[in-house]
Amino acid sequence: MKRLVLALLLAAAPALAVQPGEMLADPALEARAREISSVLRCPVCQGETIDDSNAPVARDLRLVVRERVMAGDTNDQVIDFVVDRFGEFVLFEPRAKGANIILWIAGPMMLLIGLAGAAVYLRRRGTQPETAPRPLDEDEARRLKEILNE
Amino acid sequence: MIRVMIAELGHFTLTLALGVALVQSLVPLIGAQRGWHGWTAVAAPAAKIQFLLIAAAFAALTHAFVTSDFSLRVVIENSHTLKPMLYKVAGVWGNHEGSMLLWVLILALFGAAAAVFGDALPPRLLARVLSIQAMIGVAFLAFILLTSNPFDRVAFPPFDGKDLNPLLQDPGLAFHPPFLYLGYVGLSMAFSFAVAALIEGRVDAAWARWVRPWTLAAWMFLTIGIALGSWWAYYELGWGGFWFWDPVENASFMPWLLAGALLHSAIVVEKREALKSWTILLAILAFGFSLIGTFIVRSGVITSVHAFANDPERGVFILAILAVFIGGALMLYAARAGALEAKGVFGLVSRESALVLNNVLLAVAAFVVFIGTVWPLFAEMFFDRKLSVGAPFFEKAFTPFMVLLAIALPVGAILPWKRGSLRNALRPLAAPLLLALALAALAFAAETGRSALAPVGVALGTWLVAGAAAELWQRAGRRRARLARLPRADWGKATAHAGLGIVFIGISTLMAWDVEDIRVAHIGETFDAGGYQITLSDVQEVQGPNYTSTMATMIVARDGKVISTLHPEKRIYPVAAMPTTEAAIDNGFFRDVYLVIGDPQENGGWAVRTYIKPFANWIWAGAILMAIGGLLSLSDRRYRVAAGARRTAAAAPAPAE
Repeated sequence: MKRLVLALLLAAAPALAVQPGEMLADPALEARAREISSVLRCPVCQGETIDDSNAPVARDLRLVVRERVMAGDTNDQVIDFVVDRFGEFVLFEPRAKGANIILWIAGPMMLLIGLAGAAVYLRRRGTQPETAPRPLDEDEARRLKEILNE
Repeated sequence: MIRVMIAELGHFTLTLALGVALVQSLVPLIGAQRGWHGWTAVAAPAAKIQFLLIAAAFAALTHAFVTSDFSLRVVIENSHTLKPMLYKVAGVWGNHEGSMLLWVLILALFGAAAAVFGDALPPRLLARVLSIQAMIGVAFLAFILLTSNPFDRVAFPPFDGKDLNPLLQDPGLAFHPPFLYLGYVGLSMAFSFAVAALIEGRVDAAWARWVRPWTLAAWMFLTIGIALGSWWAYYELGWGGFWFWDPVENASFMPWLLAGALLHSAIVVEKREALKSWTILLAILAFGFSLIGTFIVRSGVITSVHAFANDPERGVFILAILAVFIGGALMLYAARAGALEAKGVFGLVSRESALVLNNVLLAVAAFVVFIGTVWPLFAEMFFDRKLSVGAPFFEKAFTPFMVLLAIALPVGAILPWKRGSLRNALRPLAAPLLLALALAALAFAAETGRSALAPVGVALGTWLVAGAAAELWQRAGRRRARLARLPRADWGKATAHAGLGIVFIGISTLMAWDVEDIRVAHIGETFDAGGYQITLSDVQEVQGPNYTSTMATMIVARDGKVISTLHPEKRIYPVAAMPTTEAAIDNGFFRDVYLVIGDPQENGGWAVRTYIKPFANWIWAGAILMAIGGLLSLSDRRYRVAAGARRTAAAAPAPAE
């Protein structure tokens, strides 16, 4: 805990994302903290995770994540803890709930539609007789004549 | 006196260019419709003049940046007298106004190129193509002149400028936008050809033969542009990330995917006279996504709906351009696509079918990127939810399509046209398959208890590379002497496909096996990271041209042998009051050692970050290979024959093979 306080005091200077002082002594817990912070969005940045961001609030969130991990929360509990306070905006992987289901199934649905369309097309192309070439139009006939005369 | 007025001259030529573009968009179109040859003949010279006028305007703006003319607003906001010359020049397109000027310059360049090389085209088709190209020019020239005039003067010029964002002062990023724009705008040619074909009501092999090189060139430039951007992010942002699934990146990635699909479907039109209306639709969509990309980047709509509402003028203008061109083209498509009858007949197992699968996968992948990119906007507008869609979503939702694509690619590439047998196609691929499995097993053995990402990525990548080699070998009739005599297009295809495989290997191993070490190091201290011994031997303050730097000297050794001495930096640009990190990288074939110096610590040490990035360079090497593959195809004799066919057969419909 003393380390966390010290880390908070140093937070003012612009700095690179995760600082040595923030890291937990236990490598397994630290690895979990990194995993969690790589899916949480920094609330004030343009599309950065709290793991990558230099913003003070991202640093505060990294410390919160580590505090919760130390307190024995599971990864999901930690993420819920942060979402409860900052809203689902901080989730880089939107939960497949409510309207978000559309987002998640859009790809697979589109693939099925595409494959079905392709199958219909391929069947048609496999059975239709080869059509005769289109006759030349005026311009082309004239051009062909020019070429033959050359 | 002339020197003082150069900016006004630029403004003037830009306005003239708008006039020329107006003429070029109307006169040839009417001429082509009525069969008035004098009117269609206006198109080519107008396209050349339009390009020269915009080039003059661009030169004027470049002059203002190079001479630091602080009476221009864009120069004040994006330049500084102390800035190195390269970035003074790059500053021309490092801002909204200048980048839009570059956009129309490239648009006009493509139009002029079509006018110069297009004398083999049927004159009516050329007139229509150039007319459509000019319409896009009119829209964007008006956009620049009405909302984003780069030649805007200020009444009281300051003594110095506000400097370009220091992150952008970098060689990689200086050339990133021009390549990206060459790609985006290059797709306008495919669009113009598609719309012209719809007006004519006819698409044939000759048409496809004309569209392919333009699309190939655009795709190549996009590949290089995206790779440059990703490379820049890798070494500049300080932790070696190379792709963030950021809306602005996705904006360039969607046209790339669709251009890739278009490239392949145009082959089917050219060789087999099938897939015509789909190819037209793809051409419209590919350019549509380029416009959407421009809209996303230029309007700020994705960052926040509210940022958009605060300054809606530019965003609404581009949205209107998007609606008119894509809406108009799609309506025309709906009306005319039925007239494009297909000719070629082929079986279910054939190259044609494989290319259809390629198109389905690439188009759906582009759709996934699209919906992920716009979903936050949708959710906020319709469901009142403020949410984010980022890398974890895309990694899950996008990757499966690439896996399917990679599995199918070598088989599809080796299948014959019309009708083939899977068994015959798979026979030459037995060796690549075995090699892929063996290397995947090796990758699996190299890691313990880590993700399946690396073995799967290595297997797919090897399958692609070895499959491309096997295909070449097969085409050469398994004789070495004949390999060199294969058409360039065959080599181009194999190179590009192998490049994709290399990218697969690079991305998957980098993501799976990245090693990171963050610590406080004292001067003189040696520590171990990922099998390397790193020594922080010195930290000094250094003065740069327009920044001050904290520069470390770090020695990288392995097993007691010094590998390299690196100088990671932390810079502060006083004018913009902005710090940047300059990582120092020891590039290697199998790994990069990536060092970053952080802040001084209370106890006298320094925060130091060390990354070992396996196979990192393979990502960009693969992208370069893909671009080289495109270039090889583009240089194929058959395109030049097609271009030279002006004297022989261009006007006659080229027969399908």
